[in-house]
Amino acid sequence: MASHAMTGASHREPNYLEYKGKHTGILAWILSTDHKRIGIMYLVVLTAFFLLGVTLGFFMRLEQLYLDKSVSLMTAATYNAIFTLHGVTMIFLVVVPGIPATLGNFMLPLMLGAKDVSFPRLNLLSWWLYVVGALIIFASLFSGGGLPDAGWTFYAPYSVRTATNIPLAVFGVFILGFSSILTGLNFVTTMHRMRAPGMSWFRMPLFCWSLYATGWIQVLATPILGITMLLVFAERLLNIGIFDPSLGGDPILYQHLFWIYSHPAVYIMILPGMGVISEILPTFSRRTIFGYKAITYSTLAIALAGSLVWGHHMFTTGQSWYANFVFSLLTFLVGIPTAIKVFNWVATLYKGSIRIEAPLLYAVGFIFLFSIGGFTGIMLGILNVDIHLHDTYFVVAHFHYVVFGGTMMALFAGIHYWWPKMTGKMYNKKWAISGWAVMFIGFNLLYFTMFIMGYEGMPRRYYGHLEQFHQAHRIATYGSWVLITGILMMVATLISSLRNGEPAADNPWGGSTLEWSIAGLPPLLNFDEIPEVTEDPYTYNPEPEVAHE
Amino acid sequence: MGAGNFATQVDNTFLIVLAISVITLIGITIAMIWFMYRYHHTRHEQAKDIHGHLGLEVAWTVIPTILVLSMFYFGMEGYSEMRTIPEDAFEIQATGRMWSWVFEYENGIQDTALRVPLNRPIHMKLVSNDVIHSLYIPAFRIKKDVVPNVDNRMWFAADEPGYFKDAIACAEYCGDSHWNMYADLDVLPQAEFDAWYKSKGEEFAALAQPAAPGEASKVGLRGPMLFTLKGCNACHSVDGSPLVGPTLKGIFGKEEEVVLADGSSKMITVDEEYLIRSIKEPDAEKVKGFENSIMVAQPLTETELAEIVAYLKTL
Repeated sequence: MASHAMTGASHREPNYLEYKGKHTGILAWILSTDHKRIGIMYLVVLTAFFLLGVTLGFFMRLEQLYLDKSVSLMTAATYNAIFTLHGVTMIFLVVVPGIPATLGNFMLPLMLGAKDVSFPRLNLLSWWLYVVGALIIFASLFSGGGLPDAGWTFYAPYSVRTATNIPLAVFGVFILGFSSILTGLNFVTTMHRMRAPGMSWFRMPLFCWSLYATGWIQVLATPILGITMLLVFAERLLNIGIFDPSLGGDPILYQHLFWIYSHPAVYIMILPGMGVISEILPTFSRRTIFGYKAITYSTLAIALAGSLVWGHHMFTTGQSWYANFVFSLLTFLVGIPTAIKVFNWVATLYKGSIRIEAPLLYAVGFIFLFSIGGFTGIMLGILNVDIHLHDTYFVVAHFHYVVFGGTMMALFAGIHYWWPKMTGKMYNKKWAISGWAVMFIGFNLLYFTMFIMGYEGMPRRYYGHLEQFHQAHRIATYGSWVLITGILMMVATLISSLRNGEPAADNPWGGSTLEWSIAGLPPLLNFDEIPEVTEDPYTYNPEPEVAHE
Repeated sequence: MGAGNFATQVDNTFLIVLAISVITLIGITIAMIWFMYRYHHTRHEQAKDIHGHLGLEVAWTVIPTILVLSMFYFGMEGYSEMRTIPEDAFEIQATGRMWSWVFEYENGIQDTALRVPLNRPIHMKLVSNDVIHSLYIPAFRIKKDVVPNVDNRMWFAADEPGYFKDAIACAEYCGDSHWNMYADLDVLPQAEFDAWYKSKGEEFAALAQPAAPGEASKVGLRGPMLFTLKGCNACHSVDGSPLVGPTLKGIFGKEEEVVLADGSSKMITVDEEYLIRSIKEPDAEKVKGFENSIMVAQPLTETELAEIVAYLKTL
């Protein structure tokens, strides 16, 4: 798509890992404003949090092996704290920053043909806010009268009354919100101002489009989370009635404010994942994406409509009939652009010349798992069905299919796809594919079982369960062991490639977007010469030129 | 335990959507696997760039739109029925508190199990004494949040007689014993229900009357019952076993270290005044070791308070 004339010279530039700035050692990382180093730093910290979240989830599943609570692993209070921490860690520290902070930071300027993001120092500040926010949340564990136990949703009035250190945890989430806002602002500005000459909006790779839509949601929706968290904070410290009915407040108001952010946040999580999939499918099919504009418009439609459906979390609260009516209708409308994307992705495989590699398998797995998440989302949007399924394991299964089967699988897909450009190494293909297969099986064992339990009436956030659910709980727990094995296989494969991996070719998958036009690892300023874009993205040369294998 | 009056409709709506979903998912999956096989680079060396197809884009926009709008319609229809409470429905008030349910009838009966007449619409008035709960009867496919200061209502009709253990759950997370906030449902044929309602009602009315002159004091008779009906037993044992709150075994006259609201602590001997204060203002002086447990004052009449205190003295 671009003139490849500049690649010859770049061999002489030190790459971003070799580059020597004024700092050395760890400071060369934590004070670096290079978007690539920042992306890697996010990836490292985020992986640590992800593994922590997985460990917490592992213990939750383990506890469910015990029907008789007099001999089980932990007390109810501990279990409640563990699911709260699992949720807070996974949502606020892993999935929301997730793809934009890691792959987005690293790849966005490369894909746009830019030297960095618009505000590199702001970008570093975002990372720092992220780390500080996380530290504050973890500090809340070791202060106050016990571990926070209000669930990641912090519903009032429970969250206002529990003796645990909710204010500090809430303050940590508040800080994290700023990290998210600044990243969104930075990305949106970068796409407006720093696209390479010739890269019109509709020549932008779809991953960039997804970051664009995400950036807007981050900027517009996250402040509401901040305000809500400040109000919870004020209510607890100053004892003024905002959400707590015993002080004259309204607990339903809390739910509105919380979901006005947290529902769009689901699209902050999933849209970048959809973007990654839209990159991987054309590359491994070696053909253009099917329906570029349809995918672009559906991305924007999801961002817009997804901002107006928060009330579907509240069908059982007693909100007005008209509110339920409108929120249910809008929820169904979000399903349409989502369906359009899925069909376009499948059609992209048609008449391709397909190479089966780990990123493609992750992408195809994503489509399968995310579709299940989508269909069950439709089921939850149906008013009378949601009355039954709300707050059961069905909902837990649904959002794990969307957020884990969707966002996280897309993140794994993207990591496997861009790993050669980020690290200069190739991982072992057989191990990468085995890890994916084990993960895929474990995932379905664990979460599909939860759909069945949920429909049969197993409420969520339960320390124990009735005997009728015991068999299903055991299957789910065994599934969690398979899933975790798969995750560890993936992590081990990637880490061992850093030491033992073959050096990667410049463009091992034959990708056509700008990041692959750089020889070797990208240098500090990415391009010696800003490339000129003359074609649409994913315009593949008819002759296959795959260097890998 | 029967399905209640809504389950068939909810299940049918669900099954239709499930069928559409499964068919579409199988279609998507087979297409992906077939394409990956058929157009694998060893079989299909030269890819073909297809930028899109307007007809297909229109088709897979319009068809899902029609499908989801009809799903929306069915859901709305079913939900309309759920929210329209029949005029002649039998009203029962359900109160949720951490962590048990109590059901109150118009004639004064209070019970921790929900007893309803068969095939009669039941109108539930939902009250919370503390945080948000949610009354959930999975077999009937219904639930409604129980929100402090919000007048929420729900209705159903049971269609099979019998005693169903743990038929009612709490679906909104409310703390330590949220998972154990189950209640039983007892569905009685109308005649049997009427007999129970009358005799139990009289029993409650008699107990609520002050003792007549010459009659022995009734104080203490209702204590054990109120201890359960007011939910005290959810957190306090009477046999010495540890729960969320301190056990009340041998509480009267016991030496306790208590923590005051300002964080300081002192030694006290539990007397009647302390018991009354702790029931009315649970946060004033909390037993050491339990200062982080939450207790919410339950609404009690003066007589009820006296009854409970009298009962506590006997433990």
